[in-house]
Amino acid sequence: MFDVHEMEVNFGPQHPSTHGVLRVLLKIDGERIIEAKPIIGYLHRGTEKLFEAMAYPQCIPHTDRMDYVAAATNNLGFVETVEKLLGATKLIPRRAQLMRVMLSELQRISSHLLWLATHAIDIGAMTPFFYTFREREQILDLFESYCGARLTLNCMRIGGMPDDLPHGWLDDLEAFTAKFDPAMDEYESLLTNNRIWKKRTVGIGVLSPQDAIDWGITGPPLRGSGVEWDLRRAQPYECYPELAFDIPIGKNGDTYDRYLVRMAEMRQSNSILKQCIPLVKQTPAGDIKAKISKVVRPPEGEAYHSIESPKGEIGYYIVSDGKTQNAYRCHVRPPSFVNLQALPAMCKGHLVSDLVALIGTIDIVLGEVDR
Amino acid sequence: MSEIPPPSSTPPAAAAASAPPPARSVDDIKGDPLVASTVSRLGDAVTGAKEQVGEITLVVERDRIVEVCRAFKDDGFVYLVDLCGVDYSKFPNHAGPRFGVAYTLYSFQKNARVRLRVWTPEGEPVPSVTSVWKTANWHERETWDMFGITFSGHPNLERILMWDGFNGHPLRKDFPIRGIDTGARIYPEVFPEGGGPKAGSTGKDVKDVNVYKSEWKRYGTWPAAQIGGGAKPAAPAAAKPAPKPVAAAAPAAAAAVAEPAEDAEEEAE
Repeated sequence: MFDVHEMEVNFGPQHPSTHGVLRVLLKIDGERIIEAKPIIGYLHRGTEKLFEAMAYPQCIPHTDRMDYVAAATNNLGFVETVEKLLGATKLIPRRAQLMRVMLSELQRISSHLLWLATHAIDIGAMTPFFYTFREREQILDLFESYCGARLTLNCMRIGGMPDDLPHGWLDDLEAFTAKFDPAMDEYESLLTNNRIWKKRTVGIGVLSPQDAIDWGITGPPLRGSGVEWDLRRAQPYECYPELAFDIPIGKNGDTYDRYLVRMAEMRQSNSILKQCIPLVKQTPAGDIKAKISKVVRPPEGEAYHSIESPKGEIGYYIVSDGKTQNAYRCHVRPPSFVNLQALPAMCKGHLVSDLVALIGTIDIVLGEVDR
Repeated sequence: MSEIPPPSSTPPAAAAASAPPPARSVDDIKGDPLVASTVSRLGDAVTGAKEQVGEITLVVERDRIVEVCRAFKDDGFVYLVDLCGVDYSKFPNHAGPRFGVAYTLYSFQKNARVRLRVWTPEGEPVPSVTSVWKTANWHERETWDMFGITFSGHPNLERILMWDGFNGHPLRKDFPIRGIDTGARIYPEVFPEGGGPKAGSTGKDVKDVNVYKSEWKRYGTWPAAQIGGGAKPAAPAAAKPAPKPVAAAAPAAAAAVAEPAEDAEEEAE
């Protein structure tokens, strides 16, 4: 009855739903996607090249700028890799470890809140944005009172932390954690059983566990497909082994399950924060730096280390020549870059409007994709 | 392999006395329970082994990397964490091929990572492992983009982070961090060779560790502008009279003089 008209259109790089400068070349038949080709690199700043030209401590601010909505976890991955290469992992004082965990979990919540706000807005639900940003502001205020910055935190150092917690910070954090669970209920009341939300997300972009592993997908998208794997549990770092938390997983691997996984993860992060507060209070104030040389010159060799960022596994592969204070090579394994690669497979056969939902559900940050 | 360890295990034990981390011999590492069964099946495809900070690196013969990866995948290393290149050309005391490609594999059952490495000289392709893991596709494209290491059998080996027509491979050690013409190849009719937009130009004479002298000398100064703007000596002459409010005609006259010169230059090009 109708002719089949294939058409090629560009989605992005200026489209607001691409969360940055992602361009997707779409081959569509009406509204249905036949083929999608992500084109990236618009935000490439040569971070890995810059790492080679500056001393290790100077690299930390540059890691902020990769995943700029989750700077603390980027910092953590980098400093831990250098510490691993230095053999200083065990030397980090307990207070510094707990502070790192707290900042990472706060960062996880704030990154997921931003994801929830933009993901919901992309799909057409405007309201959650105003609620999630209310809590996100409080987290950014906590960051600001700790390190002076709200997004690009630069809040960790090789061998410890830059400063001790300011006076009253833990009380503010305690107040936040007490308020956060009711706030989560509020978000969920807006979306979880919302009929429109479910129609837009259930069964969209189904990813089987085998496919997810084959695509190298990590983080919430992997767990949404039912693979119970979290680096905080699988290869624990800092003081995660003594903290109790669940790893939420999904069943169907669709956009709705990934939504549920991230929502559950925020509650888990909040519970981790609650556990951390009394533990930090037991540690001596000011004990935040390991006694290691300020001149960071790791021995010749290489190390790969990764941590669980809000987006997935962020890994650093550092090659040191043992002679200079610069990394000979520092490769970043960005979770967004790897997860984005599955987009063409996920959106095949779906509508263009579902592509918006799928970009949101992968939770990419282009600063990290392009580095 | 089982008969080799006893004689070879004595020298590392002696070496361990001086160095704090006990270094294991190549055969000991190959015999590590993590990789032993896979390595024994592969025969001589694994040519070397190294262990550092608890990470095992196996050096693999370049032409057999696909076979090795498939064997590791069958043995539970189902997740390719990372694939990246390293340019060893300026590495101290490095002898051998210029590039190394590192494959980081992970096994969910064993909860452990293994790194494979192949060596490749410039211009020699590495077999692509996209047939083993789908995720290798973008990693290999990035490695090609950044280092110019080709992967044979890759479905679409094109640039991924840099644009098509980009001049060079930025993560090579001989690519300067700033001051190189990066895109003249796209617009040869507009930019002469070496006259295109320069990466990271600030106009200041910076002494970056990555700027090599010959490159800097060649690309260090901007050539006379080809599109828009006047020639260098004309610019200050036109700018100086401008702040004077009295002589309103002077800048106009200067501009009038400057403009034909520009046009003539453009026409000459």
